[in-house]
Amino acid sequence: MASTNAPIYDELFNVLFVIGTILFIGMTALVIYSLIQFRRKPGEEGDGLPIEDNLPLEIFWTAVPAVVILFVGLYSYDIYDRMGGMQILSNDMHSHHSISSQEKVWGGIGSSKQESNTSRDFPINVELTAMQFAFLFNYPKGEIISGELHVPVGQPITMRMESKDVIHAFWVPEFRLKQDVIPGQPTILNFTPTRTGRYPIICAELCGPYHGGMRSTVVVEEPEEYDAWFKKNSKQTEVEL
Amino acid sequence: MTTVSPLNKKSNEVISSKEEHADHRLFGLITFLIADGMTFAGFFAAYLTFKAVNPLLPDAIYELELPLPTLNTILLLVSSATFHKAGKYLEENNSKKCQYWLLITAGLGVAFLISQMFEYFTLPFGLTDNLYASTFYALTGFHGLHVTLGAIMILIIWWQSRSPGGRITKTNRFPFEAAELYWHFVDGIWVVLFIILYLL
Amino acid sequence: MSISIPPSTENNIKKLQPTGWLRYFSFSLDHKVIGLQYLICGFIFYLIGGLLAGAIRIELTSPMSDFMARDVYNQVLTLHGTIMIFLWIVPVVNGAFGNYLIPFYVGARDMAFPRLNAVAFWLIPPAGLMLISSYFINGAAQSGWTAYPPLSITTPAAGQIVWIISVLLLGGSSIFGGINFIATILKLRRPGLKLMQLPMYCWAMLGTSILVVLSTPVLAGTLILLSFDIVAHTGFFNPSLGGNVIVYQHLFWFYSHPAVYIMVLPAFGLVSEILPVHCRKPLFGYSTMVYSIMAIVILGLVVWAHHMFTSGTPPWMRLFFTIATAFIAVPTGIKFFNWVATLWGGRISLNSAILFSCGFIVNFVLGGITGVALAQVPFDVHVHDTYFVVAHFHYIVYGGSVFVIFSSIYHWYPKFTGKMLNETIGRIHFAITFIGFNLCFAPQHWLGLNGMPRRVAEYDPQFTFVNQISSFGALLMALSTLPFLWNIFYSTFKGKESGDNPWKALTPEWLTSSPPPVENWIGEAPLVTEPYGYGKKQETKNSPDSILEN
Ligand code: HEA
Ligand code: HEA
Ligand code: CUA
Ligand SMILES: [Cu+2]
Repeated sequence: MASTNAPIYDELFNVLFVIGTILFIGMTALVIYSLIQFRRKPGEEGDGLPIEDNLPLEIFWTAVPAVVILFVGLYSYDIYDRMGGMQILSNDMHSHHSISSQEKVWGGIGSSKQESNTSRDFPINVELTAMQFAFLFNYPKGEIISGELHVPVGQPITMRMESKDVIHAFWVPEFRLKQDVIPGQPTILNFTPTRTGRYPIICAELCGPYHGGMRSTVVVEEPEEYDAWFKKNSKQTEVEL
Repeated sequence: MTTVSPLNKKSNEVISSKEEHADHRLFGLITFLIADGMTFAGFFAAYLTFKAVNPLLPDAIYELELPLPTLNTILLLVSSATFHKAGKYLEENNSKKCQYWLLITAGLGVAFLISQMFEYFTLPFGLTDNLYASTFYALTGFHGLHVTLGAIMILIIWWQSRSPGGRITKTNRFPFEAAELYWHFVDGIWVVLFIILYLL
Repeated sequence: MSISIPPSTENNIKKLQPTGWLRYFSFSLDHKVIGLQYLICGFIFYLIGGLLAGAIRIELTSPMSDFMARDVYNQVLTLHGTIMIFLWIVPVVNGAFGNYLIPFYVGARDMAFPRLNAVAFWLIPPAGLMLISSYFINGAAQSGWTAYPPLSITTPAAGQIVWIISVLLLGGSSIFGGINFIATILKLRRPGLKLMQLPMYCWAMLGTSILVVLSTPVLAGTLILLSFDIVAHTGFFNPSLGGNVIVYQHLFWFYSHPAVYIMVLPAFGLVSEILPVHCRKPLFGYSTMVYSIMAIVILGLVVWAHHMFTSGTPPWMRLFFTIATAFIAVPTGIKFFNWVATLWGGRISLNSAILFSCGFIVNFVLGGITGVALAQVPFDVHVHDTYFVVAHFHYIVYGGSVFVIFSSIYHWYPKFTGKMLNETIGRIHFAITFIGFNLCFAPQHWLGLNGMPRRVAEYDPQFTFVNQISSFGALLMALSTLPFLWNIFYSTFKGKESGDNPWKALTPEWLTSSPPPVENWIGEAPLVTEPYGYGKKQETKNSPDSILEN
């Protein structure tokens, strides 16, 4: 539960898991029951019942999955919306980046700022550069370049991601969040960490021989710790946070 | 169960499956052309997407000249008509006239290829210049390959229809029909290509 | 009932009987020979692909990358995926059984285009050999079976190009096959046989072939563009030259999603043939089964972007593809419920064929359910490119298609050879396969959910134990092939004679001798209008095995 995404995600997972388990156990039970109940006993000759069709039954087992699917679909849409997936990225959120009008920016999925309850009303901007086989994090405000991602807990983060060579993916399992980092296609990813700790960042897209070793860490800290880290590493002496 | 099989008097005579093939081959060809059309559809989709999401820098945009491709379009459309005409004469068992029109069709095809080559050499961009150029050459080149194959097929048919009682006659017209269908298909693709590549 | 097969003497049959095992290595035009060529060739590639899977599982018994070099690991997994899909599942469920059965089912003596058919088969061995030999020459392709650029452009070119060429050849083979099946089913039907009287496998193959014809050419075109990028340094998919990598993904999945139905629809068809015979019941809900196949075909063409939820697709696209994908569960579900209804109230012989078919139902339902979960964008963004996906598709391709292939081999082996397989060994084979399979792939769901990405040779130590369970399952699966192979070899030479119709089946391929004569029937093909007419009144007097006794 290390990000605002995670509890919502786990809620969805539980619903899917329950529905899936019921369906799977139900189908398996039907098959096993039929195999035992209707197996040919010794000495039994001849055929089974020539039932070929049953319209009400057919309608029933078309309608029920359709309803289940519809429910799951609407529910996951709701989840998606709560994660901020349907939100159109407004340009002012990253207007201080030099994004030329030529450049297409895709929005990744992730919780956005309106869920934050903090003093700072703007998201923290980070730029992620992925390359074979490392992640580099750049904090434009303080001109910090770091191999680890440091973020204050409870703060919305806006991360602009770009790849130097092949496709990589930024994945923090604890955040339940993944977004491909695509060369030639800068992508914005929003998220809000909610629990302090060190969590692995994993590259999830095959990117070459050392793909399995392409990892980093996200350090979620109390705002004071984060500020201290930021001050210590910042090249600019006077940074307003 | 109702399984009926009337005793076949000629049951010893094994019915060969090859016997009834003429129309099935045409059916097979149509299926193949649908598949081939999907390859083009993929290319077109790629081209249109590139155009929509990867706009070129202003200085790389180049307006294609229209006269030559328009001429090409006319060449191909006329060649479809001449092929059709050859078919009419084949129907009438007039093999001389049929051959004549076949040759004209092949000639138009070759003229198209030459004119296309000419366009290639006069274009201000090369294969690897930019995304647009690459897609342009891939599409027209793939189509040109089809025209080349079609022209060769026409020439083969023309050659075969020369000898009397040869492989192309009114009664054995599958090769002719197949080539004609293929040729119309290649023409149709060109029209789409012309609209998408030159006019849009 | 009036079945009559024109009188024929033993002698007559013998004369038409194909002779010599050498014809399996020749450019034979006989659809039955070609079918078995596909089957045996495919199985050899399965063993090779399985050996590579074994290498993967050995590497993954420990968290370090210690069994093979990292780039070799990537080559192995690329070869494994490519071989299993393009040289095993697709050729066998389509080519092997399609060629063997379809002409019987439509009442024809051969496929519509026998020569094209032979060409389609003979494209496969060279393509496969080329693909495998690339490993020994310059290193095989190492960008996964999906060959995403720009990785596939920047890895060593030789292997990638060989990969492209062999996939193009295999795609061509598949298209030729598809054209042939469509023409055979639609045009070569015996007079008097209506479309809605065809055995279900014909419908499955018709649907599959439509997908093949519509989607495979797109893959071919895409790979041609990719090869230009590699060889001629064009920039279609190369962002450093202004290209767009997402366009490749769209084009690739436009083929490769339908490809998963190309791997599974024929399997659905085969199960629909096997269940009624051994349950002695008509196939339940014939017409809804037909419609659901066509619904899957249509829906299958418009769901491809569910493989790209994390690659920056716009929200509306994600939504559309979520809904479309999830809805495939409805027609698929119809098929599964119909199969259970077919089992219900039957007289089920619990033989190996039925066991594998029921194993298929159970495994596929699990794989399908995880598929529907994957279709939900918020769920997928976490588990995409993890072992959860690996588990999902092995449940479907192995637990589904491969189980059906085994089931079909147990079912049609007497047809192929005139011999019976040993039932006891068959059940042992099933038990080990089923246990091994579930041990191997069920734990992978957990791995994916808890943070293990796919396509890695090294992983976090906390995953070691679960990976070892998985590898142990793979070992069981490998071992399970031994009784199977022994059964096949032993039965071919020493097996019990099966007679022409050991299952008393009603589908047309059984209404001739086993193995069948060259042109399938002596005399005219029987007209079978009710291929699933088990348990019907008229039938009790004349059991179908009397058919061939004049
Ligand atoms: C034969 C192969 C096959 C088949 C048939 C399927 C079938 C399905 N697949 Fe799968 N899939 C693959 C092979 C296959 N898949 C492969 C190889 C990959 C990985 C590719 C790669 O990246 O390398 C993949 C990946 C994959 C993804 C992408 C995951 C990712 O990379 O992030 C998704 C996402 O939507 C998905 C979904 C589905 C769905 C919804 C179905 C549906 O068709 C399933 C429908 C069936 C059922 C649901 C069960 C029966 C139904 C019922 C009993 C009715 C009741 C059910 C409900 C109400 C839910 N698949
Ligand atoms: C389509 C069919 C198919 C089939 C049947 C299989 C069968 C198997 N697959 Fe595979 N698999 C794929 C298609 C398939 N796979 C695809 C498409 C990928 C994705 C590739 C990619 O990412 O690009 C993949 C990836 C894949 C991975 C993930 C690799 C990674 O991401 O790093 C793993 C890991 O466990 C795996 C394992 C297995 C195993 C254990 C089997 C077993 O079921 C095999 C059992 C059979 C045998 C073992 C053969 C018989 C025995 C012998 C020949 C004796 C010798 C054996 C030993 C020494 C062990 N497969
Ligand atoms: Cu970077 Cu995998
Ligand atoms: Cu898919």
